[in-house]
Amino acid sequence: MSKTFLTGLLTTGALLSSVLTAPPVMAQAPAAAGKDWSTPAGSLNGQRFSSLNQITNENAHKLQVAWTFSTGVLRGHEGAPLVVGDTMFVHAPFPNTVFALDLNNDGKILWKYEPKQDPNVIPVMCCDTVNRGLAYGDGKIFLHQADTTLVALDAKTGNVAWSVKTDDPSKGATGTDAPIVVKDKVYVGVSGGEFGVRGWFGAFNTADGKPAWKGYSIGPDSDTLIQPGKTTDLGKPVAANSSIASWQGDQWKIGGGATWGWKSYDPQTNLIYYGSGNPSTWNPKQRPGDNKYSMTIWARDADTGAVKWLYQMTPHDEWDYDGVNEMVLADQEIDGKPRNLLVHFDRNGFGYTLDRVTGELLVAEKFDPAVNWASKVDLDPKSETYGRPQVLPQYSTEHNGEDVNTTNICPAALGSKDEQPSAFSPQTGLFYVPTNHVCMDYEPFRVSYTAGQPYVGATLSMYPPKGDTNMGNFIAWDARTGKIVWSDPEQFSVWSGALATAGNVVFYGTLEGYLKAVDAKTGKELYKFKTPSGIIGNVMTYEHAGRQYVAVLSGVGGWAGIGLAAGLNDPHAGLGAVGGYAALNQYTSLGGTLTVFALPRD
Amino acid sequence: MTRYARYFLAAGVASCLMGGLARADKPADPAAVSSEDGKYADKDGRPTFNVGKDGKVDFYTYIGYVRYTANCMHCHGPDGLGSTYAPSLVNSLKSLDYADVMTTVANGKKDVSESSQLVMPSFGENKNIMCYIDAIYIYLRARSVDAIPRGRPQDHEPKPKDFSETEDSCMG
Repeated sequence: MSKTFLTGLLTTGALLSSVLTAPPVMAQAPAAAGKDWSTPAGSLNGQRFSSLNQITNENAHKLQVAWTFSTGVLRGHEGAPLVVGDTMFVHAPFPNTVFALDLNNDGKILWKYEPKQDPNVIPVMCCDTVNRGLAYGDGKIFLHQADTTLVALDAKTGNVAWSVKTDDPSKGATGTDAPIVVKDKVYVGVSGGEFGVRGWFGAFNTADGKPAWKGYSIGPDSDTLIQPGKTTDLGKPVAANSSIASWQGDQWKIGGGATWGWKSYDPQTNLIYYGSGNPSTWNPKQRPGDNKYSMTIWARDADTGAVKWLYQMTPHDEWDYDGVNEMVLADQEIDGKPRNLLVHFDRNGFGYTLDRVTGELLVAEKFDPAVNWASKVDLDPKSETYGRPQVLPQYSTEHNGEDVNTTNICPAALGSKDEQPSAFSPQTGLFYVPTNHVCMDYEPFRVSYTAGQPYVGATLSMYPPKGDTNMGNFIAWDARTGKIVWSDPEQFSVWSGALATAGNVVFYGTLEGYLKAVDAKTGKELYKFKTPSGIIGNVMTYEHAGRQYVAVLSGVGGWAGIGLAAGLNDPHAGLGAVGGYAALNQYTSLGGTLTVFALPRD
Repeated sequence: MTRYARYFLAAGVASCLMGGLARADKPADPAAVSSEDGKYADKDGRPTFNVGKDGKVDFYTYIGYVRYTANCMHCHGPDGLGSTYAPSLVNSLKSLDYADVMTTVANGKKDVSESSQLVMPSFGENKNIMCYIDAIYIYLRARSVDAIPRGRPQDHEPKPKDFSETEDSCMG
């Protein structure tokens, strides 16, 4: 890494807090997090990289717990706190409590916000009552509550500045995602793919909550904000109403494409990037066609929502491979040419590298060797199947049909990676990816739709790949070539978001509850500490009073919590294989706690 | 729809009968004493499972596994073993009988306090569940007394001849 670049990063980091306290317009989005961690991924490019370098691969083994904080909530704790200046903002799952903690006063509670929400929203939240965190901008903290209330809190007082209802939980729509703020707008998506919700992505004015625009994942162009003839799909202009044309009948109206993942933003193109999830139902036979634009990477103009380009990764999904995972924006050279990249690790097991300006597909390779449902993604622009995965018939639940149990599909429905976000280090040029190493049997069948009721349509069972005893790996990935550089096996799926720092250290958490620090170049473990509960939160870092801290929420739950009591099946046990798939409840229990680490004071 | 309506009514009646009664007694003996069209019943006429010596299960137990895993597993965990946010039904059915289960599924259940946020929705209007509720009950009943192991039943009796017709009329 060049010295100029490093200086640039540090300067940007130092400037960050002053930029943030000068609302409403950020002139330039920070390239890396510095003293503050003011947006869910640390910076709007989604890199989860911090320029802080007090903690290094040389001294990380000396880390200690500096302080802890209990959220008082037992459900799964995803996401990470924010730090803006001298205040830390901590969120919790339902009932979506928010705390402002005074970093100058041992984390004293400055204010607490606890919304009153109808508990009937709880069972509408598929897979636990998680919330992925807060956004900050315009002097406000933004929270998308379970009941789809988007609320703006005065960052100083916690008073509600405004609130707006974004959707309807009685129809199965819920709020779980972390918003982000760009310039004068806050952006959110919606959850509910297992309830036949029609996904959308929306912008609201930070000043008053007034809706600025809303783009659906599925529907007529007037709803999706696709511009026929202008919007491109792998470089080609999209025809009019291409979404509806890829469905039969009215199924698109309950067609899914939820948008509960992470969002990123590129100030150079003014594009905002995110992914859409599975089409409804999980039974592919009930929805013939490509089901556009579920399972899609979206690039929208941040001001208007107009779609610049899109790319559907898994047309006509047959496995629940949601496309909502994070979009990491990084600038790297490919074949000697500098490229503005978007890198995405999809649930379907492929790591995609695209040109984020044009949407050109550059690399698509498996980031877990176990992935078997497709042989490859067609990268030949002249081919009729350009950009499409080459699906193997024996793993196709569409091909095998309704009421047939298709076995040994890898990855499982929770994907080779779920929402747990990866990190990128501009110093090593590598991506650090928490992964699931789990396969499944999948049997689709006919289901009937009732508004607000689960609308699933498939039975599945999950287990580690044959011959393996580990259900996760933490990997370093080269997105220029699509290759794994190193891989650290983990007993359970790695369900925690990663953090990369300028100290050449990478952090992540494990389902047993370990916070781990590893060497960014080699993956060698430098430090681990067992926090009070399993970690499905994301690691973050900040500096306060001259000292670098690393923080993570523990509190097991979420999709991972399904296996907590039971563990996964071991279908090979009867064949004499060693069953190493103990239930997670032998290792950890519920409870939301923030644990903050630092080096000892000399 | 007729069969569906009957389920709903049955659950409603059960709810009235059960009101205010504390249940300490265990559910009745699950042994099958009769069968009609591949569906087994215990001595009180409640739906129950039948597992052959070779481990082969009745068709309802099998379909119960399939429908449980699609509709209930997201909260109640694989094989009825519970999760971080809903109880183990393998345990619950050790003390709940058929009427209790029907009532809870049809009407839902709430346990919301400072320390607990457990909410089960009403599934009374959900055909994907109500059309298969006997099968789901039979499957869980078998699991609760350890009559079948974890995982998908490896072998099952053939589909009863009227099963598909009944299923279609219920699902609409």
